[in-house]
Amino acid sequence: MSSAITTGFVPQAKTRPPRTPGENYLNVAFGVKSWLLTTDHKRIAILYLVTLTILFFIGGAAATVIRLNLMTPNGELVPADTYNKLFSAHGIIMVWFFLVPVVPTVLGNFLVPMMIGARDLAFPKINLLSWYVFTIGAIITLWALLAGGVDTGWTFYTPFSSKYARTNVLPTMIGIFISGFSSIMTGLNFIATMHTMRAPGLTWFRMPLFLWAHYAASIILVLATPVLAMALILVGVERAWGIGIFDPELGGDPVLFQHLFWFYSHPVVYIMLLPAMGIVSEIVTCFSRKHIFGYVFVLWSSIGIAVLSFLVWAHHMFVAGQSVYSALIFSALSYMVAVPSAIKVFNWTATLYKGSIAFETPLLFALGFIALFTMGGLTGLFLAALGVDMHVHDTYFIIAHFHFIMVGGSVMGYMGGLHYWWPKMTGRMYSDFLSKLAALIIFVGFILTFLPQFVLGYLGMPRRYHVYPPEFQVLNVMSSAGASILAVGYVLPLFYMLWSLYAGKPSGPNPWGATGLEWQTPSPPPPHNFDETPIVTTGPYEYSIEESALVH
Amino acid sequence: MSTNHAVLAHHFENLEQQRETAAFGMWIFLATEVLIFGAIFTCYAIYRLRYPLDFEAASARLNVLIGSINTIVLLSSSLTMALSVHATRVGRQQMLLTCLLLTILLGATFLGLKVVEYYQDYKEKLVPVLAFDPDEWTQIEGVEAPVQPQRVQLMLVFYYIMTGLHAAHMIVGMGLLIWLVIEARRGLLTPVRYMPVEVIGLYWHFVDIVWIFLLPLLYLTGTHQAPPWLPIPPIHF
Ligand SMILES: [Cu+2]
Repeated sequence: MSSAITTGFVPQAKTRPPRTPGENYLNVAFGVKSWLLTTDHKRIAILYLVTLTILFFIGGAAATVIRLNLMTPNGELVPADTYNKLFSAHGIIMVWFFLVPVVPTVLGNFLVPMMIGARDLAFPKINLLSWYVFTIGAIITLWALLAGGVDTGWTFYTPFSSKYARTNVLPTMIGIFISGFSSIMTGLNFIATMHTMRAPGLTWFRMPLFLWAHYAASIILVLATPVLAMALILVGVERAWGIGIFDPELGGDPVLFQHLFWFYSHPVVYIMLLPAMGIVSEIVTCFSRKHIFGYVFVLWSSIGIAVLSFLVWAHHMFVAGQSVYSALIFSALSYMVAVPSAIKVFNWTATLYKGSIAFETPLLFALGFIALFTMGGLTGLFLAALGVDMHVHDTYFIIAHFHFIMVGGSVMGYMGGLHYWWPKMTGRMYSDFLSKLAALIIFVGFILTFLPQFVLGYLGMPRRYHVYPPEFQVLNVMSSAGASILAVGYVLPLFYMLWSLYAGKPSGPNPWGATGLEWQTPSPPPPHNFDETPIVTTGPYEYSIEESALVH
Repeated sequence: MSTNHAVLAHHFENLEQQRETAAFGMWIFLATEVLIFGAIFTCYAIYRLRYPLDFEAASARLNVLIGSINTIVLLSSSLTMALSVHATRVGRQQMLLTCLLLTILLGATFLGLKVVEYYQDYKEKLVPVLAFDPDEWTQIEGVEAPVQPQRVQLMLVFYYIMTGLHAAHMIVGMGLLIWLVIEARRGLLTPVRYMPVEVIGLYWHFVDIVWIFLLPLLYLTGTHQAPPWLPIPPIHF
């Protein structure tokens, strides 16, 4: 009874099918069929988790060979065309088949219905379909990448991709095109769920920031992905039939392709980033035992980022021959994205300030996110400046910048979220020591890998090159050494998390003492999440209520 | 009560919530659709402004008559679709079946006419790659600036992608309508469970609206020549 008061949720009397004690979503049914035909959002999240973990390590393997090759200036390990295929494969897999889906489809799928007190997402069958569509797209792309590969880079710039490349461009694009529909299905499901299925009392402004972040990301998923689909169709038509849609010789315009591509691919960065920011908001409040500083500011900054993300795409094209005036406007708009991003960082810091901080593993990852994202974001401002961008465009400065955002930001946030909700998903605790060690290794390895690349880029080393002048070798060896440390950091959780399934000690329903509806259920949660539809009476993050209740 | 129970999916609290969610989901999907058509409309508009004479010359050769008849056919199908939704909500099973079948008939008429039109385009050598004669475009009477065949091809490719994408949506819609007929014959579309008709109706109307934009963009562009006092400079972006 006291727990209901301290956390601000009162169970609502409602007829539900009775549940056998101890039944949860994992032990309710067994066998391959019970997994492949499930419509339970929690099981679909696990399907995605397994699929995406495999894809992450495939993409990581490509990066490993790239870094090994760059240990020496002459690139003795792989020939130049293989190198081109490797960095293309790394980019394509990591962007479309890991970073874009990972947080929404794994943690979002698992948590969105639980956080709003619903039994499932709005469209459970579409949710399962999205996994199949994604997997089919991933298999086609992987096949295309393994059977010959593709050498255009993940950006598919025309006319190289449409006319000159003699590699598997079409099959790769078809795979990406198909997987795009799974993105749309996920985004659509989240938006509909949050609009119509919130528990009684869970008003918009009582929603956890994780949900707001997913709402913002879903808007981008739904509105940006179709534009990429059309861009891929047009390149495919040009490539297959020789029509000059983007070919200047035949009246087309290659810059138009870049506009279409970046209209999707800039917002896509925020599909990767916003859900991770949502995770950080949850973790920071939980482990500093405080209400989030400036809830509405963090909330509106998510929406602000989603809106602004559609207005800055041409900052990727400052040297692509667009007019000076549009470059000026896009530069100014790109600066504006810094405002909502900075609001988030400041508010997380203010939340930590004077909090009673517990340095548990999830918080270590979240702090890593804040540090690395801040560096990535600030160097992004360098790139939004027209003059600086002319100098460092297409160099390792760019590589370092977006890896700070995507790996230092998104992957760090994802790791934090996975560690935070792992006890909820599995009912088991992982090794405290090894997980903290992993967080430390990843942070150190990351810094060592990508900080030298800022210097390399500033000194003028271009991206996507297979060889480089000998004077760049020291920095490249540093980067490769860091990458090997980073690899250890990413492999380590694979072991201790799998080990926790067998030998981890039971976590109990709420190991972190967190607020939030998902922690009100047993771990692992029952098939329908809640025995009774909860009624929400307070906003999220009421840690102060809990503390004062403990005092009494 | 028992019917309500069978209709209500396990994860919804009540029917009202279930209906609201279904309609809302379709609206979100239509937002996606707006963006996919919006992307190609934008590309088309850019080249249309850049190469006005070539696009008008190509447009003048398209079959305005079939395009216009198809517009009427499609708008009529929207009416029968709207009537099907109404029939379901008031529980008139026979009217529902009739209206659904009429919608399917009109949709099939549209697609049939479209096939005829494509075939005529083919015979008129208006299909890039398959059947296209560059020479016939270099000497057109009454056009001041010379038309370039590859720009004409550009217009025609947009014509096929845009109408083809629209036709693909029509085919999907036809499949959904056939499913609705099966459901209706089994007596499963009732005033309690009318959302399938309403949601598919939304989709059908959207596909119609796309055609309303396609008609002037593709067919009516060539029915007049640009006035000589309005020079449209090429755009650089
Ligand atoms: Cu960008």
